[in-house]
Amino acid sequence: MLELRGLSKRFGGVQAARDVSFTVPAGRISSLIGPNGAGKTTLFALITGFHRPDAGSVVFDGAPIDGLPPEAIARRGMVRTFQIVQPFAGQTVRDNIAVGAHLRIRSRRAALAKAEEVAAAVGLDDRLDMDAAALTVAGRKRLEVARALATEPKLILFDEVLAGLNPSEIRDVLPLIRAIRDRGVTIFLIEHVMQAVMSLSEHTWVLNQGELIAEGAPQEVVRDPHVIEAYLGKGMAARVGGREQAHA
Amino acid sequence: MRPLVVLAVTFALIGLAPFAIASDYWLNLVIMTLYAALLGQAWNILGGYGGQFSFGHAAFFGTGAYAVAVLQVELGLNPWLGLAAGGLLAAGVGAFVGFCTFRYGLRGSYFALVTLAFAEVLRILSNSVWFTGAGVGILIPLERGAASFQFVDKAGFFWVIWGMALAAFATAWWIGHSRFGAQLMAVRDNEDAARALGVDAFRVKMAAITLSGFFSGLAGVFYAQYFLYLDPYIAYGPAISVESLLVPIIGGMGTIFGPLLGAAALQAVAELTKEVVGEAPGISLAVYGTLLVVMVLFMPRGLAGLGARIAGLGPRARRRRAARLEARNA
Repeated sequence: MLELRGLSKRFGGVQAARDVSFTVPAGRISSLIGPNGAGKTTLFALITGFHRPDAGSVVFDGAPIDGLPPEAIARRGMVRTFQIVQPFAGQTVRDNIAVGAHLRIRSRRAALAKAEEVAAAVGLDDRLDMDAAALTVAGRKRLEVARALATEPKLILFDEVLAGLNPSEIRDVLPLIRAIRDRGVTIFLIEHVMQAVMSLSEHTWVLNQGELIAEGAPQEVVRDPHVIEAYLGKGMAARVGGREQAHA
Repeated sequence: MRPLVVLAVTFALIGLAPFAIASDYWLNLVIMTLYAALLGQAWNILGGYGGQFSFGHAAFFGTGAYAVAVLQVELGLNPWLGLAAGGLLAAGVGAFVGFCTFRYGLRGSYFALVTLAFAEVLRILSNSVWFTGAGVGILIPLERGAASFQFVDKAGFFWVIWGMALAAFATAWWIGHSRFGAQLMAVRDNEDAARALGVDAFRVKMAAITLSGFFSGLAGVFYAQYFLYLDPYIAYGPAISVESLLVPIIGGMGTIFGPLLGAAALQAVAELTKEVVGEAPGISLAVYGTLLVVMVLFMPRGLAGLGARIAGLGPRARRRRAARLEARNA
């Protein structure tokens, strides 16, 4: 579905992505994890055309999309959401979602109808006429999901849709993400909330300082010493491992 | 569908003016209000709905005005054809300015400054080339008659500006009810989010500035035919750019009726100042400047926003709000 080939990007002295290659399988939920500043959001921006990579190539749905602007990539069926939610403030929830729906639908009436349908699917149908800026954080996250979903994508990139939500809100959103996958949409997500990564994704990649350091099933990846050190610091793998052995 | 009904009724009522008003003074006021509303709506399409604040709408206005005047004087073109030429040339200038700015991602104050620079460059050019009459200006020879777009009575001019304003306001209504408008407002509110959802921001902004330029150019054509005299300062000077943005800012940016409210308010203020302090040069610009500061500070949503706020205090609105709150808590 999505294939990254040797993506690299440097901002001044910071290597935000270094020779990153992997393939996101179709029809599944996959994820990308890594400590703060690892370059996850940058990687999303590179994939969706917001930044140009210095080297490497992205293949989506069988065709290279290098150099295409974000709107052209969205038209091909890959949309992203933003970690810092970006509602069209001052517009209603319905109008916000309709912007996404208009990607495939010219008629205003049909786009508004589609917006209502999508709002119902993500649980925003009771807030259709509310100003998007008045939504709670959880509501705005749902709005991000709804707008992306309204474009009828093949692949959605979720940038920390669960960040900032409390545990009960997270419990509400997890089935929503699974339901989107069950509609046949491939999902690739960046996540900090490990509970979400563990329960949602079947495969995960770990990014640290712009480099892939591990991949595999999330349950295995979190036991990888490289990953523990990336998150907690040098030497921590041994201490954590030692404690586990002591337990055993 | 309701704004469309209000729009139709409003323009039908304004259309009664030439039948109801005998005095040329008052009919002239209505004409000038419609003219200002047209200028303001032209700016509103790009600035209000699109969020691209231009300080140089005189570039489009002046192009329309000079087009009809120069084509008439130099080539003997009928001003009715000049009307089409003026609108299209102004739209072309709009597209050119848009390409030069949006292509390079200029936003906010950078965009505003570049538009101002374009208007100033055109003012200096029109001051230096022969066919605009340079600094002396250009006089359209008097030839009264509907065929030469110089009506004997004010009613003729009234119907022209009424039609132009109606076209601009209908366009604004369409923007509020179409895919193009939804995308334009999305770009205004958050360009990155809009692009992520597949909105071609460059194309949408280009269309907006071209439309905006077209209607601004129509206002220019009308001005030239109504006053039959132009010079570089009138056509491309900052006064028109300021009036273009002041009208929707006073009336309410990004609303369909804002420019009409703003034009009426501005017209009233201008007449009052004339009554009180006479025709002191520059006084109107000083008053406009003060108004702009007051509006931006205290009423950023304009008169239309004030109207919505008053409507929001009514019992019906209170019931609706309560119902919404209940739905949210349920």
